[in-house]
Amino acid sequence: MLNISDSVKRNDFDDKIEGRALYAGDLRDRDMLYARIYRSQRQRARIREIRLPRLPEGYEVLDYHNIPGINRVPIVYDDQPFLAEGEVNYIGEPILLVLGRDRDVINGIMSEITIEYEDLEAINTIEESILKPYVYCFADDNSKIEYSFTRGDPDLHIDRAEKVFQDRFHTGYQEHAYLEPHSFTCEVVDDNIVVHGSMQCPYYVVEGIKRAFGWDESRIRVIQQPTGGGFGGKEDYPSIPAILCALGAIMTGKPVQLVYDREEDIISTTKRHPSDIRIKSYLDANNSIIAMDIDVRLDGGAYAGLSSVVLQRTIFSATGVYNIENLKVRGGAYATNKVVSSAFRGFGGPQALFAIEMHMENIALALDMDPLEFKREHFLRDGDLSSTQGEFRNRIKLDEIAEMVDKDSGYSLKRGSTGKEGETLRGIGLSIFDHGCGFTGAGEADLLKSKVRLMKYADGTVEIFVSSAEIGQGVQTTLGKIVSQELGIPLERVVHNYPDTRYCPDSGPTVASRTVLIVGRLLQECAMEMKKRWDEEEVEIIKVYRYPHDLAWDNETFMGNAYPEYSWGANVVEIHIDPATYKVEVDGIWTVYDIGTPIDMKIVQGQIEGGLVQGFGYGLMEEFDCINGSPRQKSLTTYVIPSSRDFPKPSIRLFENPRRKGPFGASGLGELPIVGVAPAIASAVQNALGKKVCRIPVTPEYIRELMEDGN
Amino acid sequence: MEIKFTLNGEQVTIIDEPTRRLLDVLRDNLGLTGAKEGCGEGECGSCAVLMDGRLVNSCMVPAFTVEDRDILTIEGFRDQERFKAISRGFEKAGSVQCGFCTPGFVMAAEALLRQNPHPTEEEIIAAIEGNLCRCTGYSMIVEGIMIASREGDGLW
Repeated sequence: MLNISDSVKRNDFDDKIEGRALYAGDLRDRDMLYARIYRSQRQRARIREIRLPRLPEGYEVLDYHNIPGINRVPIVYDDQPFLAEGEVNYIGEPILLVLGRDRDVINGIMSEITIEYEDLEAINTIEESILKPYVYCFADDNSKIEYSFTRGDPDLHIDRAEKVFQDRFHTGYQEHAYLEPHSFTCEVVDDNIVVHGSMQCPYYVVEGIKRAFGWDESRIRVIQQPTGGGFGGKEDYPSIPAILCALGAIMTGKPVQLVYDREEDIISTTKRHPSDIRIKSYLDANNSIIAMDIDVRLDGGAYAGLSSVVLQRTIFSATGVYNIENLKVRGGAYATNKVVSSAFRGFGGPQALFAIEMHMENIALALDMDPLEFKREHFLRDGDLSSTQGEFRNRIKLDEIAEMVDKDSGYSLKRGSTGKEGETLRGIGLSIFDHGCGFTGAGEADLLKSKVRLMKYADGTVEIFVSSAEIGQGVQTTLGKIVSQELGIPLERVVHNYPDTRYCPDSGPTVASRTVLIVGRLLQECAMEMKKRWDEEEVEIIKVYRYPHDLAWDNETFMGNAYPEYSWGANVVEIHIDPATYKVEVDGIWTVYDIGTPIDMKIVQGQIEGGLVQGFGYGLMEEFDCINGSPRQKSLTTYVIPSSRDFPKPSIRLFENPRRKGPFGASGLGELPIVGVAPAIASAVQNALGKKVCRIPVTPEYIRELMEDGN
Repeated sequence: MEIKFTLNGEQVTIIDEPTRRLLDVLRDNLGLTGAKEGCGEGECGSCAVLMDGRLVNSCMVPAFTVEDRDILTIEGFRDQERFKAISRGFEKAGSVQCGFCTPGFVMAAEALLRQNPHPTEEEIIAAIEGNLCRCTGYSMIVEGIMIASREGDGLW
């Protein structure tokens, strides 16, 4: 039997490298119609009148009246329409669907549609949203979602404090920039709707169709096609193009394809939440933090999307890897008339970790202490509780991780000799971080109730049926390995196709670093039971997730285990700054991760390297902003993501710390590699400049501002 | 307009607007969907093909300019020995994740190795600069091309 961590050939490798894998936009049919979405050009307005040109035969324009059921995207709150109903709340919001055979003719129709708007006062910032909370349709109370929680007795300890340190940090938007824009192809077959698409969560789409058309689930079939990257951008958002594409197919009776072009994808689809985070720490005479007060504000955009859950993760992660026994945390997500902020790899973690890591470093520097030493003194250790007072179910290895990354990178040695070297400024920075894996709180049990199905056929092959989507992260390979290893059969005898809701039960969305941890564990349990019944000709095993006895969560007070499992890591980044261009050049990247047992080293390496580079983009390069709700970056030329030249190959080390509950000891991985990158870079820049870095991305313009800002 | 060119070793004739993009000709007129549209403005390389042995972004090539040219796409290249070497390199290095950019990177690797069968790491990094990947972080693709060059020695 091979070691589970040894790499195997991915089961999607041949199709992808040979160009045979059919993405949703590659599907062709003689009768197929194309669809395009006509979008709002106004930030916030009432629609007075829509004037359509005379339509050639075979061309149609649909609006919200054509949606027979509930015109609301089913996600946490029912606030976002599939097609605007007389009012628009952001530039790029879908209003009409234009259908026909020829894309040029469709574009002609699009250019001749005119809409008379009555502009309404628009909100651009969190501050404006708080001052004028009356103008929205966002979540339940129209303009905001707010939470708070406390731990210990913060007020008592705040009064006793000898020293107080405070910081305020801002983080920007991030666009997912998956290489494949949103794509769907739908058709009606025998009175059923069949949806082929690029997505992370096939059952979110099923739910959307049930809602929008009032159809019974038995008439809805959603099939995930090979998906050209997701990163959270294809979690909740695909419900919109999927339902609009299905609407076209249902109304015309013909196959319909809806593929976004890059500009509309960047303008109109979800982004990572911009944040404004304030942290105040209270220290005793021994320089120990005895209390913390944290205030988090997220820019939610026009509709609530997943803002509530992202906000929860941001506030639960706000103390990072430190044991803060007296704590006050408040958080809000606020409506603005801009593109919707929602899920993005890390899901609120990157904002929180940037703030806490920089704040801890700033306190250390103010106390004239080594940042790593100061952090180490506050590390979570075995027996400590999380910010929400949950127990950690596995050993915490932060000391070992920190020591390993320090040794590998020479951080402590180099830190003394950074700064000016000739004209060049050199710096080295460090971050230590964690990521809660799985759905927040008791979501796995209360909301998802994941179900998986494993079949053994007469010929001895075994087939996996789950709704987990292969979005590049290798899930079809890792889940197959878990099953084959448990059954003791060759991997070639385990079949795993792309999810098709006709055959695959709802094993939950492909998000939250939960697939290997939760779905993989359930499959392993199926395989254990199947092994006992191996002599039977055909065996079907179905398992449903049950909330473990040793976890507890109170969703009212936010107390207990905020996540079922945690992964941990450390990053060190060495940089220099070109004094002429103010550009940060990264010279070295050292990383250490504790992800339990790695399930396939190659796949793990791919997740780590890709997450790191996406994190470098977030921390250094990727700028997205709006002027009066209009995105300034509308293409991959202006929204610049990392290329092959931008960052060196990282050093990666894994700290083996098998988990009790994960399959073969595995924990979650997908998000962890992105959450700690920005603070490591910002810390390195801060070290090079001798100035506080308070926002990301750390662009050349920002560095110039810092350098020209006196002392 | 009638446009004749060589596609994957065979003569083809298409009738279409002269300004139609080569990418649309390949995907819509000829049903070859290996080249993908990632950006539509020559920035990402997902639609890369070889034109007379040179790497081009087919979304930036008007159809009339391919008259009498030789076009190689992933569908033609995948049967060649050199493809197999690149494929083996990519497999060993773990260069493929979501796969959407992959055919473009394979064509970029072929264009490089035709010019320079033994590239250094820096030369590979420069050669794939015009291809964007959001999954891998690139170093595993660089390694894949390096392995292909080494193990496919003599093919280029």
